[in-house]
Amino acid sequence: MSLDEIKIGGMGASRRRVEDNRFIRGKGNYVDDIVLPGMLHMEILRSPLAHARIKSIDTSKAWAIPGVRLVMTGEMMASRNLAWMPTLSYDTQAVLATDKVRFQGQEVACVIADDAYIAKDACEAIVVDYEPLPVVVNPIQAMAPGAPLIRDDKENQHDNVVFDWEVGDKDGTEKAFAQADVVSKLELHYPRSHPSPLETCGSIADFDRATSKLTVYMTTQAPHIIRAAVAMVAELPEHMIRIVSPDLGGGFGNKVPVYPGYVASILASILLERPVKWIEDKTGNLISTGFGRDVYLRGEMALRKDGKILGVRMHTDSDHGAFFSDAQPSKFKIGLMHSAFACYDIPAAHLTARGLYTNKAPGGVAYRCSFRVTEAMFFQERMVQAAADDLGMDQAEFRRLNFVRDEDFPHRTAFGFLTDSGQYAKCLDVGLEAIGYKDFLKQKEEAKKRGRLLGIGISTMTEPLGAGNSREYDILGIKMFDSAELRVHMSGKAILRTGAKSQGQGHETTWAQIVAHELGIPADDITVEEGDTDTAPFGMGTYASRSTPVAGAAVAMVSRKIRAKARKLAAHLLEVSEEDVEWELGRFYVRSSPDRGVTIQDCANAAYSNMPDGLEPGLENTAYYDPPNLTWPFACYIATVEVDPETGVWDVLNVVAVDDCGVRINPMIVEGQIMGGLTEAYAMASMQFITFDAEGNCVGSNYMDYLLPTAWETPGFELHEVVTPCPHHPIGAKGIGECATVGGPAAFVNAVMDALKGTGVRNIDMPLLPDRVYEAFTTRRDISGMPPVKTED
Amino acid sequence: MTSLNEEVFPDQASNVPVRKVTIRINGENRSANVEPRLLLAHLIRQGFNLTGTHTGCDTSNCGACTVLFDGQPIKSCAMLAVQADGHDVMTVEGLATASELHPIQEGFKDEHGLQCGFCTPGMMLTAKALLDENPDPTEDEIRWALSGNLCRCTGYQNIVKSVMWAARKINNQAAN
Ligand code: FES
Ligand code: FES
Repeated sequence: MSLDEIKIGGMGASRRRVEDNRFIRGKGNYVDDIVLPGMLHMEILRSPLAHARIKSIDTSKAWAIPGVRLVMTGEMMASRNLAWMPTLSYDTQAVLATDKVRFQGQEVACVIADDAYIAKDACEAIVVDYEPLPVVVNPIQAMAPGAPLIRDDKENQHDNVVFDWEVGDKDGTEKAFAQADVVSKLELHYPRSHPSPLETCGSIADFDRATSKLTVYMTTQAPHIIRAAVAMVAELPEHMIRIVSPDLGGGFGNKVPVYPGYVASILASILLERPVKWIEDKTGNLISTGFGRDVYLRGEMALRKDGKILGVRMHTDSDHGAFFSDAQPSKFKIGLMHSAFACYDIPAAHLTARGLYTNKAPGGVAYRCSFRVTEAMFFQERMVQAAADDLGMDQAEFRRLNFVRDEDFPHRTAFGFLTDSGQYAKCLDVGLEAIGYKDFLKQKEEAKKRGRLLGIGISTMTEPLGAGNSREYDILGIKMFDSAELRVHMSGKAILRTGAKSQGQGHETTWAQIVAHELGIPADDITVEEGDTDTAPFGMGTYASRSTPVAGAAVAMVSRKIRAKARKLAAHLLEVSEEDVEWELGRFYVRSSPDRGVTIQDCANAAYSNMPDGLEPGLENTAYYDPPNLTWPFACYIATVEVDPETGVWDVLNVVAVDDCGVRINPMIVEGQIMGGLTEAYAMASMQFITFDAEGNCVGSNYMDYLLPTAWETPGFELHEVVTPCPHHPIGAKGIGECATVGGPAAFVNAVMDALKGTGVRNIDMPLLPDRVYEAFTTRRDISGMPPVKTED
Repeated sequence: MTSLNEEVFPDQASNVPVRKVTIRINGENRSANVEPRLLLAHLIRQGFNLTGTHTGCDTSNCGACTVLFDGQPIKSCAMLAVQADGHDVMTVEGLATASELHPIQEGFKDEHGLQCGFCTPGMMLTAKALLDENPDPTEDEIRWALSGNLCRCTGYQNIVKSVMWAARKINNQAAN
């Protein structure tokens, strides 16, 4: 008889996490926990100014401090051709500044010393003479005539434009607008936000002169991409580079790019022939590493009186900081921004996008999102609500009317994506039912009579998760596939390695569940390893919710390869031909006599001890998976709020999330991802705020100024599910990690805007701090976050 | 000489006086010679090699470094090692016995109260201090008690459940 899949920890089991066994004992192995013999410590001196020419750097006092081993400056890097490095989007970034500094917090010098305290002292002893230059802190200033040229290091760069790009059907969209009964408009700013994993970035570079091998332990979500980048920058051959990503204390996109600190620690180790550890402090992390968002969006929607959307026009100006360093795998300069409106049936759409350099840290990383999808979906859902309001239609009904219907899949979106599955209206219904939509609307009316402001916000969206396919997506020319390698030992226990890299997603638990599902080997019998480029198969890493869609698919496919070989072994053991062998979970049996069978463990044993003539020994294999399409999960998030008109404070009353991410491997972990994502959504809507003053000083450079929600502020969440399996994924799964962060913010903002409906306020930019809400309510006008700070003169 | 590396780097000239501190850590007396400016968090991590205590900020906001100091939760990044001389400190490594996990550890695993695990040691110790004082806390009491500890992954709901799980188990054990 077949095994009970849940009992062996297969698909659908809320299996408790394997990795927790070390984390709850304090035995995780994060990069700062690693100590190598003779290890030195590196600290970085950062620029206090946002834009300035470097006139001179005097390091003599730093060298004089006992315990200092090396002081590195841009000049020294330049002598080794290492002052600049390529970014993941074909731009360049300064490792240590040579000519000028271009953002506050930019890396200027490094000290390597016997311990981190000494290195910090020595950084303070370095004297840099700066000549301040005029500063550009937002795209509006960047585009202004006569704006200071930030990237004067680049030949042929005569302005601050990174790219100018368009997609969609311009003429068709114009026609749609010509036929519109109503045109709805919206303009907003999605503010800069920092992913801020609790653990900062860091590395330990260990160059061994005797073997010429470089080992780097580092906080990276994509070890193999880093290996390729290090090979390029350090001009070392790939087989002499080993990148190890140990346990990561969160990532959220912040640990995808290549940072100067990594490169500097590598050079220092090569020069000193000792291991060099660099652990970034929190301020360094917040002011210099990958930001997300910072996009100015405006657009309009052509509408028919009955509520049908005829067309959409969008324009974005995105602030990329001083170096364009997003991981930018799509052919499109603004990532997947044009996935906007994918869940709606819209005949025509057109998008123009401009990217700009400013004197801010390199921005635009996909913070818990797929390459600008968050901004796209936020604009979409804010626009949809504004349009419903303009038409005087119920916001739920307006969505339902315009959704792509279940029977219309596969569906080509107005921007050209192919969505393949979903039950959008059903998800919305589940959400409305759960929140008690009709009752709430009545309550809201009642409350209004007594001067209380209640609001309800809906956000529904489908988003593209799981890049590639290889035809359209690559990073530095490397196609976006992923991989898994499975070795089944003689006892039937196994080790699985993948090219992904968990940062808290629980791969050690879930990957084993996929193998259990495919082979019937109990999940507890399978070890999962990731993050070491010397042992893991080549993969593109974990970000953009791509692990389950791509690496997870590879795990299923490699298991199937193993099963195919095990079938031959089973036939041999059962002394029948392969065609006469049937499979049920964990066991092959003879079709004509089902009680004659052998287990997968018997087959594993035979692979090493009793193989038929002509069959290669062993039971291991590797699969590389190139997905045919992205996966398209759908989500409906609904929030209810009460706004206090006296103070502008708003409280969340209820949050309902309905996610359709296809088949769930481990429901407990999926729900954990959704709650984490909703919390970041709430954070962005309510408090997370990094801005810059007119001089380019980062306001929000530590946790006293950059507010993250605690257990006290964070609302409770009610989760529901709908399951529409992904038609092309081997186990029917879709991505989920980022959905709530992507779709969530609009639910909260829409709820507050709904509470203010009738006051004439159309938009308040995030975060909806109480003073902004209060000002909007009392002045009856929009509160704009752009430009963040006006130059005072 | 800042920290604890005398044997490793004997050549280092230094005019900073070091002080000997003795701390009872997880039930065991341990001593070290430290520079007065050394943070307790760094002594615990680098000197005593108890790396379960994490540091997640520079401003005493995140709580990843929380330890129990004479039974009270404190942020070990906000205290100097010399201030801990003669005191009792419990870190995450002191929660479990050789054979058994503490109910709070079991609760975090069972209720999926952690993802990346970076905040977890601090969360669990803060939770322990709460349950030591208030064995049957409400959700609000738990949320308030944990509000000095940041978590970027879980959204806190499962952390709250984990603490409730532990409270139930501890109370059941006491009742039997
Ligand atoms: S390290 Fe953040 S509070 Fe101590
Ligand atoms: S589990 Fe990652 S910060 Fe809490």
